[in-house]
Amino acid sequence: MMRLKWLVPTLYIVFLLLPIYWLLNMSFKNTNEILGGFTLWPVHFTLENYAKILTDRTWYMGYVNSLTYVLMNTVISVTVALPAAYAFSRYRFLGDKHLFFWLLTNRMAPPAVFALPFFQLYSSLNLFDTSLAVALAHCLFNIPLAVWILEGFMSGVPRELDETAFVDGYPFWKFFIKIFMPTIAAGIGVAAFFCFMFSWVELLLAKTLTSVDAKPIAATMTRTASTSGYELGLLAAAGALTIIPGAVVIYFVRNYIAKGFALGRV
Amino acid sequence: MTTRTTNQKAWWLVLPVVLLVAFNAVIPLMAVVNYSVQETFGNNQFFFEGVRWFEEVMKSPRFREALQRQLLFTATILAIQIPLGVAIALAMPRKGIGVSICLVLMAMPLLIPYNVVGAMWNIFALPDIGLMGRGLNALGWDFNYTRQPIAAWVTLVAMDVWHWTSLVVLLTYAGLSAIPDAYYQAARIDGASRWAIFRHIQLPKLKHVLLIAVLLRFMDSFMIYTEAVVLTGGGPGNATTLLSIDLVKIALGQFDLGPAAAMSLIYFLIILLLSWLFYTVMTRDEEK
Repeated sequence: MMRLKWLVPTLYIVFLLLPIYWLLNMSFKNTNEILGGFTLWPVHFTLENYAKILTDRTWYMGYVNSLTYVLMNTVISVTVALPAAYAFSRYRFLGDKHLFFWLLTNRMAPPAVFALPFFQLYSSLNLFDTSLAVALAHCLFNIPLAVWILEGFMSGVPRELDETAFVDGYPFWKFFIKIFMPTIAAGIGVAAFFCFMFSWVELLLAKTLTSVDAKPIAATMTRTASTSGYELGLLAAAGALTIIPGAVVIYFVRNYIAKGFALGRV
Repeated sequence: MTTRTTNQKAWWLVLPVVLLVAFNAVIPLMAVVNYSVQETFGNNQFFFEGVRWFEEVMKSPRFREALQRQLLFTATILAIQIPLGVAIALAMPRKGIGVSICLVLMAMPLLIPYNVVGAMWNIFALPDIGLMGRGLNALGWDFNYTRQPIAAWVTLVAMDVWHWTSLVVLLTYAGLSAIPDAYYQAARIDGASRWAIFRHIQLPKLKHVLLIAVLLRFMDSFMIYTEAVVLTGGGPGNATTLLSIDLVKIALGQFDLGPAAAMSLIYFLIILLLSWLFYTVMTRDEEK
């Protein structure tokens, strides 16, 4: 039985790759071939879909815009979450447990109807159609998650580390940046990965808060679908390209995940 | 657990987080509360309606049906994804090149934007040009998700399992890797069975990551919108009209802001209540 153990992940990965294969398959066909019939691989192999996306400014700027707000959001979320997670992991203070759960509740607001108030809020601040607006809006669900993950890692670091440093006369911020942050580097990596992921895939808020200048790639795709009929090949190529940034990020943090984290007190 | 010292100054460390999140959470929430008690006929004219919309939503069979579908969907995917995710994480390699391959490949569905996921499955499951639809038809199942409610449900659940099981796998795998070897050595000396190791060592150690996995999957599946809309649009008929889809139909389709706002508040409270239940039950024996 133990010898067949590898079968479980293998079958699962095959299941995961089937729809992705189908996406890639379509991305190398033109739209007529896709609609014309069922073939398991592209008969008239073409790269024109990719060529169009990588040369047309309205297309490739979508990726640039998305990456801009995702990176801004990841930096903001992790930066403010670090001291907060430290506070939750090391100190007791008035309302700490309630605050922790309250943070979590912010992942629970159904974005469907909250989209309109978000639009009004960011319009009134003159931030509409900027990357900053989307980056700030995504903080709503990413900061709580970052705090949660980082707190888990920090609780795994013995308090003696802090105490020794303070006895040695380190001021708080110097200790935090020079000693503490390197100790929990894995946690920062994992938190950044999850922030990147949830910001990259979110569409509803990103679409509501942008129109032209900061329009994310996912919104560019929906617009193409509605104006010029269904350009399936092009959409498939654009979809296939959205996988790449995330795959690069997971490649860099894979070792942190493999090393394990226990996420201490919840 | 390390003991924490009381220090009210810690509030200063938490303050930036509180301000940023409150800015995004409290102001829009207040706007929704404001809509939920008023009637509007456009032109920015609003009339106070009290709790009328709440009563109307609670009484409407449409809301109750959407809620039932939502509960069924969430229960189904939790029942599949959590055990499946744990099983896969247990079977994954612990070291070597296989770890990287598994992690990178498994994380891929998580990193695809929601509407792309919906569109991929929309085509993947089509009976004429999709691999899954075509395949199932070839196997003798007359499968057409645009017309059959059952097929639409199967496609929706399969899509969600495909999309999110890896999150459970990643969290569980990370939790498993954090268990020190000494625990396993002790179990080996005692001659513990595979099941006993899982039940008495791995499961208790995984409690926290599983809590996170269950809560994340519960909340996100309860709010699923983009993927489901792109995949089935709530159809055929109303067969896959989940709560959020119904909500948007009311809010944007009919522009009934009042009832839509009341409905989203009820929706929010249901998620809050159920999450609080999970949270309380799973952390019951902590901190004394």
